Amino acid sequence: MFLRYALVVAIALVAPLLASASGHGDGEAFSPKEMVMEHLADSYEWHITSFKGHDIIVPLPVIVRSSTGWHIFSSDKICHEGSVYEGLYIAREGKYKDKIVEDVDGAQKRPLDISLTKTACGAIFSLLVVMILFLVAARAYKKRDEVDYCPKGLAGLMEWLISSILDSVIKPCVGSNWRKFAPYLLTAFFFIFVTNLLGLIPIFPAGANVTGNITVTLFMAVMTMLAVNLFGSKHYYKEIFWPDVPVFLKAIPLMPLIEIIGIFTKPFALMMRLFANILAGHSIILSLCCIIFVTVHMGAAVNGSMTVVALLFMIFMNCLELLVAFLQAYVFTMLSSVFIGLAQEGH
Amino acid sequence: MGLLTPSGGLLFWMTIAFGVVFFILAKFAFPVILDSVEKREKYIGTQLDAARAAEVRIASLEAEGEKIIADAEREKVSILKDAAASRDKIVGDARETAQEEASRIIAEAKKQAQEEKDAILASARGEVAKIAIAMASKVLRGQLSDNDAQTALQEILGDEASGEKV
Repeated sequence: MFLRYALVVAIALVAPLLASASGHGDGEAFSPKEMVMEHLADSYEWHITSFKGHDIIVPLPVIVRSSTGWHIFSSDKICHEGSVYEGLYIAREGKYKDKIVEDVDGAQKRPLDISLTKTACGAIFSLLVVMILFLVAARAYKKRDEVDYCPKGLAGLMEWLISSILDSVIKPCVGSNWRKFAPYLLTAFFFIFVTNLLGLIPIFPAGANVTGNITVTLFMAVMTMLAVNLFGSKHYYKEIFWPDVPVFLKAIPLMPLIEIIGIFTKPFALMMRLFANILAGHSIILSLCCIIFVTVHMGAAVNGSMTVVALLFMIFMNCLELLVAFLQAYVFTMLSSVFIGLAQEGH
Repeated sequence: MGLLTPSGGLLFWMTIAFGVVFFILAKFAFPVILDSVEKREKYIGTQLDAARAAEVRIASLEAEGEKIIADAEREKVSILKDAAASRDKIVGDARETAQEEASRIIAEAKKQAQEEKDAILASARGEVAKIAIAMASKVLRGQLSDNDAQTALQEILGDEASGEKV
């Protein structure tokens, strides 16, 4: 009961926060698409909310190597309309829309850009959370080095989570070699899980769309691909280059070709699944939120009733996203474990 | 589309951040947690085995104790039985010996009495014979003062001596 009230209150608080994040005042035409896309895309600054027409922004460091060398500066020097800093500015349209560019010989050119963007900060924040959780848990064990020590509190919770993932996913899927891959798989699971959960909390420094960013999921998928292929067994590579099929299928290297494509399609599926699921979740919740603001000009009755409807749907979607947050982390870990386990066969 | 193009800068930061966190966790957190969970699992396993063994041992000890008690009970009964038997036997034996002794004493007494009686009778007979002889001799002396009587007696005695077997 309490939970339900808490959720209603939280969402009632959050809704205007999210909506005003679009940066449009009441007078301007509200564009849901722009607002949703702005949240989903990466940005150089962390926009928290707008208050009385004034944007509350956390500036983030911009690190760029342009034709004139390295430039490190705060993003608030460059993020206003039309501002140019040290020859760099943010393209408002074209090929490099919303990216930092410089003009070289009259043409827009993209410099080497390793800015700590909103998504990067969000990822680093959730990695910090994961690291602190585990280090605190590990400290509890180290402090009481007893063979019959049974942890309580945070360490107990972490142990329960680790054990359930280990016993239900990693051990059965990876096989006898599980010890070698457990640190990666557990780090991956908890990074994705914590990031998904933080993505549902719309208050700074959580709430960034991190696992719904293709770069992050690409990185995770590449990590799994490396884990699969760098530690693959002889049997695994034999199956790729000389599988147990009639020779004519190998003479024209049809099967090897398919197998080699398979090396890349598996992580690609991992990447797209996580990306699409989280992106969709964020978009749906934000779109539902937008209903409230789209209907503002349709009169109090419509706006009021639509607000109630939107709130109910948002509560539902948030609950669903809680499930998805766990499920996607679980699925990613499970499929990674299965791929690693398949590559370990014959060891 | 912007959402679908990976960005190199973000990839760079992800690699660094994830790499560092992965390294730290793989070095300092997961081994500690996994080791102690495993150790505890093993410890619980051995403790359970020990408990099971102890249970079996207790059961066997209990059975053993019961057996000991039953044995003692049986022994007690047999000892009591033995004691009763030996008591009966001793009493019986004592009675028998007493009876024997008594009958022996009685028999001896009887024998002695008989012997004494015989001796008394014998001595009495002797005395009687002596007295009779004395009387007879007195009688004879009185009667044998004449010769006729003497001769007659000689004849009688002679007859008697010779006709003793008749």
